[in-house]
Amino acid sequence: MRATTADREQSATYTYLICLAAWAIPGAGHLLLGRVQKGLTFLIALTLMFLCGLWLEGRLFPVEIRQPLVALAALADMGIGVAFFIARQMGAGAGRVVALTYEYGNAFLIVAGLMNMLVVLDAFDVAQGRK
Amino acid sequence: MIVFALFVSVVFGTLMRDEPKEQLRFGAQLFAAFVVGGVALGWILYFFPL
Repeated sequence: MRATTADREQSATYTYLICLAAWAIPGAGHLLLGRVQKGLTFLIALTLMFLCGLWLEGRLFPVEIRQPLVALAALADMGIGVAFFIARQMGAGAGRVVALTYEYGNAFLIVAGLMNMLVVLDAFDVAQGRK
Repeated sequence: MIVFALFVSVVFGTLMRDEPKEQLRFGAQLFAAFVVGGVALGWILYFFPL
C-alpha cells in the first residue's frame, strides 16, 4: 500500500518532534525511538559534560550579534537544549574570566552543545529509517 | 584533557557504532588517539618559543 500525503506529513511531523525532543534533552530522541542504550549514554555523557563546563567556571555566552564570535559560541552553547536556559535562569554560567579553568569550561560547554547537535542529526536519521 | 577526551570518545563511539562492544572498542581507540595526540602535540609545541 502506497503512503498517502497525510502519512508523509505525519511522518515528517513525527520526525521533527523527535528532533526537537533530541535537542531539548540530550538522548531523549533516541529514547523515544527505542534506542535505550544510546539514549541513556548521550543523556548521561552530555549532561555531565555540560555540568563539568559550569563547574570549571565556563561562560554561557549571550547572543550578541555585534560580536559574531560570541554569537557563534552562544549558538553552540544552546545546542545542549533546555539545560542552557535553565542554567542561565539559575545564574550559572556567568563565567569567571580570571579563573584558571575558564577556557577549559568554555570548551566543555561549547563542545557539549555541538555534540548534541550531532546527536539530533543521528536521531533524525533513525527517525527517517536510514539507520 | 583526559576528561574532555573521555566525554568526546564516549559520545562519538556511541554515535558511530551500533553494537555496545563495537562502541566500546571504537571509543577506546578514539580516547587513545586523543590522549596520545594531545601529548605528542604538547611536546612538539614545547620546542617552539612562547
